[in-house]
Amino acid sequence: MLAGGTDLLIQMRGDIVEPSVLVDIKNIAEMREIAEENGRFRLGAAVTGMEIMEHEAFNAAWPGIVDGAKLIGSIQIRGRATLGGNLCNASPAADSVPALIAAGALASVIGPDGRRAAPVEDIATGPGQTSLETGEIVVSFDLPERPPRSGDAYLRFTPRTEMDIAVVGVGVNLALDDSGVCSAARVSLGAVAERPLLVDEAAAALVGTRVDDAALAELSKAASAACRPIDDKRGTREFRIEVAGVLAERAARIALERAGRT
Amino acid sequence: MARYHVTTTINGDEVDFLCESDQTLLSALRDELVMTGTKEGCGTGDCGACSVTVDGRLMCSCLVLAVEVEGKRVETIEGMADGEELHPLQRKFLEHAALQCGICTPGLLIASRSLLERNPDPTETEIRYWLAGNLCRCTGYHKIVEAVADAAREMREV
Ligand SMILES: Cc1cc2nc3c(=O)[nH]c(=O)nc-3n(C[C@H](O)[C@H](O)[C@H](O)COP(=O)(O)OP(=O)(O)OC[C@H]3O[C@@H](n4cnc5c(N)ncnc54)[C@H](O)[C@@H]3O)c2cc1C
Ligand code: FES
Ligand code: FES
Repeated sequence: MLAGGTDLLIQMRGDIVEPSVLVDIKNIAEMREIAEENGRFRLGAAVTGMEIMEHEAFNAAWPGIVDGAKLIGSIQIRGRATLGGNLCNASPAADSVPALIAAGALASVIGPDGRRAAPVEDIATGPGQTSLETGEIVVSFDLPERPPRSGDAYLRFTPRTEMDIAVVGVGVNLALDDSGVCSAARVSLGAVAERPLLVDEAAAALVGTRVDDAALAELSKAASAACRPIDDKRGTREFRIEVAGVLAERAARIALERAGRT
Repeated sequence: MARYHVTTTINGDEVDFLCESDQTLLSALRDELVMTGTKEGCGTGDCGACSVTVDGRLMCSCLVLAVEVEGKRVETIEGMADGEELHPLQRKFLEHAALQCGICTPGLLIASRSLLERNPDPTETEIRYWLAGNLCRCTGYHKIVEAVADAAREMREV
C-alpha cells in the first residue's frame, strides 16, 4: 500500500521491502477528506499533514492531533505524509499516534471481510508490526463528539526542534464539567515502549480532580511508571522515563488551557 | 518491471515520458527528461535538494513515484526564470551571496517560492521553519534567510 510514500519509498530504496505489487490508495474519496457530521469528525487516513494543518474547524476541535501532525518532518514531508501511513508504518515514535489514541479515535478498517472499527491503540503491535490482516487498510479515523470544555495536546522531546525522531511523545485529552472538575481523560505515550501506549493509570490521576498540582504530580508518576523504553544514543532508559513524566504534566497543562478553564 | 507511459504538465508544458514502476519523480526528471536542475542529495527526504511542487504542494521528488504525477502539474527550477529574466528570489540569492557550491540552491528556491505564495510577508522565524527541510552545508543559512526576506520585500512592492 502506498499513501504518501515517505516511509515506504525509503524502505524500498534500502531493499527493506520489495513489493511485487504496489497499490496507491490516495485516490479513494473517503480516505482523502475531513468530514464533520453531527459534531463528529471523520479524518481520512490519506489526508496529508499539511491539509490537516490548513483545516480550521479541525484545528479548533482537535488541536492536539494537529500538534502531532505538525511535527512530522519538514514542509516537504508533511505535503505527502498521511496519518494512516504514520500509524501503519508502526514506528513506536510516530508523532500523530499518541494524539489519536488520546483523542479516542477509532480506525475504520476495510478488508476482504468488510469493514470493522478498531481503537487506534490496537493497530500497532510492535516496531513495523500491525494487527491488520492481509488486504486490510485503514480508511479513516472516527473521532468522538467534542464536549464543551475539552482540550487535547501532544508534546514530544527531541534534541532538535525540527526534523527529528521523538525520544518521548505524550498525548493528553481531557474534558471538564461545569465546575471545572475533570470528568474524562485519556493519556498516551509514544517512543517509550515497542508501540504507542494508552495509559489508563495516568488518566485516572486526572479524573475527579481540578487538574491541580497534586493531580499533575500523580499523572507524572503514573506516566513514568508506564514506560518500558529502549536505551540508546538518543536517550537513555532513565532519561526517557523521567522526560515522559515531565512532558505528561506539560501536555496536560496545555490541554487544560485549551479546555478553556480560567 | 513494465515501463509506464506518463503524461503530465511540467512548468506549464505538457510532457510525456516512460518510466519504471518504482522509479522516483526525481530520477524521471533527471534521467528520462534530462532536466537536471533538480538535485539529488540524500534520496531519503532529509535534505530538500530535490524539492519540486506537485499541484502546488511542496514535496521531495525523491519520495514521489514518477507514475504518481500522471495528470498533475509539476513545477521545477527550470520554470522559475522567465527566459533570461531571473525570478526575484534568484536575483536576491545572487545579490546576498546566498549560495556557494549551489547544490542546495534549486531546492531552496522552489521551497522559498512556495512559502512566498502562501505568506508574502514572513517573519525570520517563519522563513527558518519553512526552510527547515532544506539543508545547506556551505552558507550557514543566514544569507539565505536574508535573501528570502529581501525578495519578499521587493515582491510586495510591485
Ligand atoms: C525526512 C523525514 C522526516 C520524518 N519525520 C517524522 C517525524 O518527525 N515524526 C514522525 O512521526 N514521522 C516522521 N517521518 C516518517 C513518515 O513521514 C511518517 O511516518 C508518515 O506519516 C508516513 O506516512 P506516508 O503516508 O508517507 O506513509 P507510506 O510511506 O505511504 O506508508 C507507510 C506504511 O504504512 C502502510 N500504509 C500507509 N497507509 C495505509 C493505510 N491507510 N492502511 C494500511 N496501511 C497503510 C504502507 O503500506 C507502508 O507500509 C519522517 C520521514 C522522513 C522521510
Ligand atoms: S534528495 Fe530528496 S530530500 Fe534529499
Ligand atoms: S551552497 Fe553548498 S550546500 Fe548550500
